[in-house]
Amino acid sequence: MPDLRDLYQEVILEHSKSPRNYRELKPADHKAEGYNPLCGDRFTIYLQMDGDSICDIGFQGSGCAISKASASMMTQALKGKTKEEAEKLFHRFHEVVTGKTESHGHEAELGKLAVFAGVSEFPLRVKCATLAWHTLEAAIEGKQEAVSTE
Amino acid sequence: MSTAVKLPARESAPHEMSDYDVERIRADFPILREKAHGHTLVYLDNAATSQKPKAVIDAIVGYYEHENANIHRGVHYLSERATEEFELARKSAQKFINAPRPSEIIFVRGATEAINLVAQTYGRTHVHAGDEVLITAMEHHSDIVPWQILCEQQGAKLKVAPINDRGELILAEFERLLTPRTKIVGVGHVSNALGTVNPVREIVTMAHARNIPVLVDGAQAAPHVAIDVQQLDCDFYAISGHKMYGPTGIGILYGKQALLEAMPPYQGGGDMISSVTFEKTSYNRVPHKFEAGTPDMAGAIGLRAAIEYLQKLGMNNIAAHEHQLLEYATRAVSAIPGVRIIGTARHKASVLSFVIEGVHPHDIGTILDQQGIAIRTGHHCAQPVMECFKIDATARASFGIYNTKEEIDALVRGIKKVQEVFA
Ligand SMILES: Cc1ncc(COP(=O)(O)O)c(C=O)c1O
Repeated sequence: MPDLRDLYQEVILEHSKSPRNYRELKPADHKAEGYNPLCGDRFTIYLQMDGDSICDIGFQGSGCAISKASASMMTQALKGKTKEEAEKLFHRFHEVVTGKTESHGHEAELGKLAVFAGVSEFPLRVKCATLAWHTLEAAIEGKQEAVSTE
Repeated sequence: MSTAVKLPARESAPHEMSDYDVERIRADFPILREKAHGHTLVYLDNAATSQKPKAVIDAIVGYYEHENANIHRGVHYLSERATEEFELARKSAQKFINAPRPSEIIFVRGATEAINLVAQTYGRTHVHAGDEVLITAMEHHSDIVPWQILCEQQGAKLKVAPINDRGELILAEFERLLTPRTKIVGVGHVSNALGTVNPVREIVTMAHARNIPVLVDGAQAAPHVAIDVQQLDCDFYAISGHKMYGPTGIGILYGKQALLEAMPPYQGGGDMISSVTFEKTSYNRVPHKFEAGTPDMAGAIGLRAAIEYLQKLGMNNIAAHEHQLLEYATRAVSAIPGVRIIGTARHKASVLSFVIEGVHPHDIGTILDQQGIAIRTGHHCAQPVMECFKIDATARASFGIYNTKEEIDALVRGIKKVQEVFA
């Protein structure tokens, strides 16, 4: 049986209570809104790019502990990364939260984001963990429409 | 044979709760023996869909094993039998809501289809450019969107009567919004998000004083309270079978005979016609005019079994049992620090929506689920209600005939566990 503590790790709870980079960037040269109609999670991601590099990133919105912590930790992980690095990280993150690979062996790559491995035991919560990342992708690609998980 | 002492019928003692044997009722529901994540299932998501008693499951199996044939069209033995059973189900639905005639009962897929049917038939013929449709701020999406579609098609306007901070309809505002341009009113009997019971009789009186017909969305009322469409005097009443212990895929639309007769058909096809040529088709009588194609026959028969099951318990006994549960739950849950109940109408049925300070409802749902407690979290297909209360979502426990105080105790322990995780 999955353990709640695997999902609600201290780090995750802490980030959900005091999210980092929780602010609108003004001006932001990239911005996208993500929405999970199932539970009403809604976030906006703001990006400041320098060529291919993310020089600043922020987010705002509301949602469950998992989606909020994921957004918060994503912003921390991505500052200073290139578009390609961000994409690779999302790919790895996605594999871990969907249980496609064991996170060990990839801990170095994922860094602190490895705490989301517990999500794979709770398939209904995968969308919460990936909402911010899907929104980030949209922001980078400059999509106008709000991203929806449904 | 000994002379049996005649026991008093359950219905004759509406408030005699000692008569209400919840353990015996639970035994009738096979699914309640399931485990969830290793715990005894505590099913508190009845407003989404209710579980089915063995009698309903057996009726459906029995239909397929012994009676299945297409109805209203065969001359053979089985077809005659299936037709008879289907029409008996209609009569049973008629009695359940005290409709004057069986022809006023139209079988549909559920409340959603019932409301769409009225919007697209009565609505399209009576609502025109510049007209208005009036609903309330606590409607389910299925009593909003069909009217929005109609208004868009016809160039009409959707008006919304506001609610107060207890989640009650503000009747004076509602009355003020009834204008000479209002062509139909849609109102929920019981709100699925808040549990509010609306004063349907008064609403109908106000609307009828201005010759405006009223559709009542009874999806959340049918499992909990005795319904009498003649006493309510509403013009249409919509019900979903699956929320009242019947199968999915079947529901009831009640409509007053004269209105139904004047309405154009909803869908075209078999059964809804009396004759067809390429030049002209004449339509069948009511209710068949609105039942195009092969209906959900097994569903109707299952629904009849559900109705009979509820009637055996007695709707007043059910209402009394659930009222006790709701009061018990309201007291216990509101006593937990940091928990706020959303929807505190003076008149409520079987729904307890709440939020916990600092915890998103989705997280509440996951943590309760790990303890085998099934509730619903989210906006409950009533996003405008969430906006009224300035929240994104709630956690909602909803009670049914088989729930117990022990299950509410489990819910309370579950909520405390949620707070522990998030402490
Ligand atoms: C108040 C209310 N109306 C209508 C509906 C729609 O019912 P169905 O989905 O069975 O058509 C529901 C179901 O959630 C409801 O709660």
